[in-house]
Amino acid sequence: MAKDGGVSCLRSSEMMSVGIGGMEPPPLDLDEVHVLAVDDSLVDRIVIERLLRITSCKVTAVDSGWRALEFLGLDNDKASAEFDKLKVDMIITDYCMPGMTGYELLKKIKESSSFRQVPVVIMSSENVLTRIDRCLEEGAEDFLLKPVKLADVKRLRNCLTGDVKLSNGNKRKLPEDSVTVDTSLPPPPPPSSLTLSTNSSDSSPPLSPVEVFSSPLSSPEEVDDVLTSSPEESPIRRQKMGSPGLD
Amino acid sequence: MDTLVAQLQRQFRDYTISLYHQGFLDDQFTELKKLQDECSPDFVAEVVSLFFEDCEKLIGNMARALDQTGNVDFSLVGSSVHQLKGSSSSVGAKRVKGLCVTFKECCDSQNFEGCVRCLQQVDIEYKSLKAKLQDLFNLEQQIVQAGGRIPQVDI
Repeated sequence: MAKDGGVSCLRSSEMMSVGIGGMEPPPLDLDEVHVLAVDDSLVDRIVIERLLRITSCKVTAVDSGWRALEFLGLDNDKASAEFDKLKVDMIITDYCMPGMTGYELLKKIKESSSFRQVPVVIMSSENVLTRIDRCLEEGAEDFLLKPVKLADVKRLRNCLTGDVKLSNGNKRKLPEDSVTVDTSLPPPPPPSSLTLSTNSSDSSPPLSPVEVFSSPLSSPEEVDDVLTSSPEESPIRRQKMGSPGLD
Repeated sequence: MDTLVAQLQRQFRDYTISLYHQGFLDDQFTELKKLQDECSPDFVAEVVSLFFEDCEKLIGNMARALDQTGNVDFSLVGSSVHQLKGSSSSVGAKRVKGLCVTFKECCDSQNFEGCVRCLQQVDIEYKSLKAKLQDLFNLEQQIVQAGGRIPQVDI
């Protein structure tokens, strides 16, 4: 368990240098997803780490935004060749952290040339619309409401392997949204390749807090807020991570 | 004939259900159980153990802050309450979490008596939960030692 703030670290340069005698080093497992998890709470770090490992991710868990930047080599202005080979497929961070919030960390990651394409997921125990909006506008891939469940992480994991099933769930579901996605909208940006399909075969699980939040009972005013708060943002992006409740 | 294993399993089932029904645990505890398997057979016990250590530490912080008579830093107390609320939520400690909500309100309104009351209640509550979960884990151990399997309990 990541009690010391950092565990496994998947650096391509290290992987390449591992060899036994004269044999070839083991091939890079490019399918293996490496997630950097950031949370100041030890309990939450343990839980998120386990959630990620059980969904076949390699995990590095750190306890602050500063440590995350340090890990990514973004804590100083000097570019390091070593960090160019660092393979991080997703960063998942708590929002409320002392020192540097998850939002501030998100901004720094999106400002960096090496890691701006890495999907950043924000977690928060507080369901604040403006907070969610702010994070999504700043480029967060998704926003998870704590406590995080296995279904949430499985959904993220499926997304990372390009196997996205878009269905009746996203964090900002509009009342008029149905299970189908409007394919006339512009395609999502690379590198993810999305498979857009309805998902009627899965049974619907009990409502999680997120689904309660995004239920069709949201007021018209809220709907307007969603539409006007980020005009540039394609609804596909909001729905990209798929349903929160599917196993 | 009711074997020892069957008796223990029934006890385990009944006790688990009662913990949920009495509001000690919520579905996040169920989520934690999903993360336990043969490779991590003690995951839940380990996480709750860390949680109780967290409780002790944070409650200590709150008590110290509230002890600064005439100079209580309510934002400091509030920040510890926020952390406790977070971790209790993550393990499914429903009553503790509920108390934290009330506690946070007292901090926000700088209600000293309210804070002291909440502190006492949260201290009692986490210790009570700790004892109950210990009983639950003991039952699990007894079932396994008697050669049985821990039943899956659907709430």
